[in-house]
Amino acid sequence: MLKIKNLSWTLESGEEILKNISLEIPEGKLTVITGPNGGGKTSLAKLIAGLEKPVSGEILLDNENITEWDITKRSKAGIGYAFQQPVRFKGLNVRDLLELSAQRSLSDRDICEILGKVGLCANEYIDRNIDASLSGGEAKRIEIASVLAKKDAKVLVFDEPEAGIDLWSFSSLIDAFERLKTTEKKSLLIISHQERILEISDHIAVIANGVVRKSGRREEILGELLGEEKAERCPLGKDKEDNNNA
Amino acid sequence: MLDKTTEELLGIVSDWSGKFNGAYNIRSNGECAGRQSSENILIENKPDNPGLVIRIKPGTKGETVYIPACVTKGGINDLVYNDFYVGEGADVIIVAGCGVHTADGHDVRHHGIHRFILAKGSRVLYKEKHIGTGAGGGAKRIDPVTEIEQGEDSYLEMDTIQIGGVDSTYRKTSGRLGKGAKLVIKERIMTDGNQTANTDFAVELDGEDSGADIVSRSVAKGNSYQEYHSKISGNNRCKGHSECDAILADNGKVNAAPELYAGSLDAELIHEAAIGKIAGEQIIKLQTLGLSEEEAEKKIIEGFLRG
Repeated sequence: MLKIKNLSWTLESGEEILKNISLEIPEGKLTVITGPNGGGKTSLAKLIAGLEKPVSGEILLDNENITEWDITKRSKAGIGYAFQQPVRFKGLNVRDLLELSAQRSLSDRDICEILGKVGLCANEYIDRNIDASLSGGEAKRIEIASVLAKKDAKVLVFDEPEAGIDLWSFSSLIDAFERLKTTEKKSLLIISHQERILEISDHIAVIANGVVRKSGRREEILGELLGEEKAERCPLGKDKEDNNNA
Repeated sequence: MLDKTTEELLGIVSDWSGKFNGAYNIRSNGECAGRQSSENILIENKPDNPGLVIRIKPGTKGETVYIPACVTKGGINDLVYNDFYVGEGADVIIVAGCGVHTADGHDVRHHGIHRFILAKGSRVLYKEKHIGTGAGGGAKRIDPVTEIEQGEDSYLEMDTIQIGGVDSTYRKTSGRLGKGAKLVIKERIMTDGNQTANTDFAVELDGEDSGADIVSRSVAKGNSYQEYHSKISGNNRCKGHSECDAILADNGKVNAAPELYAGSLDAELIHEAAIGKIAGEQIIKLQTLGLSEEEAEKKIIEGFLRG
């Protein structure tokens, strides 16, 4: 269980990005954070992974205060983080990255299983360098795979995992997320705008302008959220007008 | 009988495990410490200078010849000339690593001048590893010179790495390629402390459809300094590519000066260069996988130099 209590984060310029955020990410559940661009979602993910330090508030992992822990210590405690923009390396290949994450040697079969979850065929990618030769979608899927391979994971954070992923691979990914929460009892936190991911979530939090606008069980939030989105797409009366013109 | 230090250095630079299979010559402290020719690879003393003449018979396939050199006593300045004649259609591996060691406060130097003459259609994988070891303050220096002449449709791949511990090196490589010949060079250099490394490549693409691909990756740590210079001259219809990537750490410094000369309208020449510290996001990514900052940096450098 990951608890975020009254978390605030401010840029050096003084701009407040997150204001007094409180959330719970329960074990074996999938929590989706959604909301408009620039609302603070990625900043929250970075605070959880330790890439940034909050100006106030606390982050608790299984009731232990990890707010002051560095990235490495948090990772060793079980927090995984898949970057929104995949990181590329000159000289590290897919096997290297997955073995670093798993903290052990992996057989070809192990690697095949992990890559299969993101819709990649291991034989083609096992020795591929994680560099500019990979397409954006390939790099993104390998980034996600590196988190799926993580040893002793408790809380896995994925920042817009759907970005750049084709429909077929995305279905595999959805299956992988569902397995992680139901079979492996991991806590999943996914930042996403994708309806399919919202649909498999247990909880949804909407963050906008640095505050939690709404938070609750999917059944409570999703309908309202999709209604809002539709209303945003079709401002009051406009859909009627369009229909009349059709 | 080889001393322990020489055996250790041979293990690092030439995969020695108590013996070599096939033709070899071990040079230790300026003298021959063991030699064996094979049916297809003849190794003889060079008549005019210290060193060897290695003749590989035409059509020789799948053989490896080992020509390592070690200097393990301070005060030795070892100069050697080795000429390799590779017969038509041969396809072989040449291993020629070098290790220098000093622990008595005196300087050591190995200066190896290797000439490769490749006949038509021959193929060579040339592997060269360099390392310096030992404390005591004596300077460890390795200055390799590689001169390559490639005949029609020949292929040479040079895989050269300076693992570390060499205080100063001047690495000069030149090549002249005939029709359809291909030269591939992969260089990796690590310097630290106050070490210096100077690399100089000069390749003349004389033959029609000849090609060269030079990739140099280096890491400059501590207060070390590296210079990279390459010149590819396209004198005919040809393709040339050079790439110089360097990672800086601490106060390391790198000066890269690539040069391309197109002497023919049909020469296609490309150069890429990138120098900088390790990208912060790379270190952070590996930290999110559980590595410390130091472990992440080490892993990134290992991978970078592995290529």
